[in-house]
Amino acid sequence: MFNRGAIINFRGVGHHTVDNVLRLGFATRFLVLTILHSGTCFRRMHLITRELYYTGVLSMIIIVVSGLFVGMVMGFQGYQTLKTYGSESALGVLVALSLVRELGPVVSALLFASRAGSAMTAEIGLMKTTEQLSAMEMMAVDPIARVVAPRFWAGVISMPLLAAIFSAMGVYGGYLIGVVFIGVDEGSFWAQMQSAVDFREDIVNGVIKSVVFGIAVTWIALFEGYDAPPTAEGVSGATTRTVVTSSLVILGLDFILTAFMFRGI
Amino acid sequence: MERSTIDLWVGLFVVAGLGALTILALKVGNMGSLTGNETYSISAQFTDIGGLKPRAAVKSAGVVVGRVADISFDGDKFVAKVTMNVEKRYKFPKDSSAAIRTAGLLGEQYVGLEAGGEEAMLLSGDGIKPSLTQSAVVLEKLISQFMYNKAAEGGSPK
Repeated sequence: MFNRGAIINFRGVGHHTVDNVLRLGFATRFLVLTILHSGTCFRRMHLITRELYYTGVLSMIIIVVSGLFVGMVMGFQGYQTLKTYGSESALGVLVALSLVRELGPVVSALLFASRAGSAMTAEIGLMKTTEQLSAMEMMAVDPIARVVAPRFWAGVISMPLLAAIFSAMGVYGGYLIGVVFIGVDEGSFWAQMQSAVDFREDIVNGVIKSVVFGIAVTWIALFEGYDAPPTAEGVSGATTRTVVTSSLVILGLDFILTAFMFRGI
Repeated sequence: MERSTIDLWVGLFVVAGLGALTILALKVGNMGSLTGNETYSISAQFTDIGGLKPRAAVKSAGVVVGRVADISFDGDKFVAKVTMNVEKRYKFPKDSSAAIRTAGLLGEQYVGLEAGGEEAMLLSGDGIKPSLTQSAVVLEKLISQFMYNKAAEGGSPK
């Protein structure tokens, strides 16, 4: 009734599903272990500081530049559209709300995943390939506490800071184009923005989003690195998977969070 | 790299991030102007609120004195009930009136409070008298009324 090829394909689907569920279980156990073993890195803060330098400080240039340009483009595009309705003065509201609520957390998380997440995966994957992690275990140093946990917390801390820098730079970019270049009235630009953007509803929700993205991206990046097959191809595959998976997870989570946060408005 | 150099850069990064958050809160958001101040709530009933939204401004003499907290429909009287949070430092007489106004021709709608002359002040939970509230001006209604009047004028013999 079934030919051999169909059965093999069918078996493949089952195998794939079971494999992914297993991986998800391992990933969850990995996250719990990381959080449980974070004590060491909080007692030795310099471990986190060092990782903050590599994930946060080195991502700052790309975040600042892209934030500025996203804001400037929104200044142009928003002006073109709003001009049709004669409400150019609402440009500040448009730029600030879209940055603080959506673009700031999401775009900076996407950039963070490709800039810092991929580096984390490659680093840990290579440490595993060259058996540095096993060597640590031999010396009775827990690699999760020493290598993984500091990177995890550095990612979680730097993500909201980067998102805030992105949004602030974006608003400044919108101001540069809208007010300085095109000549929208400066007073109404800021005043309408301030009356429309609420601290609790918009800014705090944006920060919550970026914290969630930070946890997701760092978790995925660290797990892919830790789980990478110890070969050159394995590490390169894991790095690609980190960027793809975390981008998809960011967009999916963003939809869910937005649906919860901005329901009533 | 030296540990102190890394510390310096990380410190700068954290300061920049927190600074950006502060700028967002003060310059972009309304943190500096209103939230954080203690408020008391008063309510008013309107037959038509037009496009009024929660968090819209409550202004008196053009100055923002509070925000609309909640809008609900009163099923017994068939009117809209608007609850407003007004800053504690501003007190209004009991016979103050409330009107829903529009900023500019097509701007956002807000609640305008006008102080009355009574000695007693509105307390938390009080309502503005229904006879002293003025509903939103609905543009379509105005236009149709205007058209109707014009048509009536044109039709009458001179």
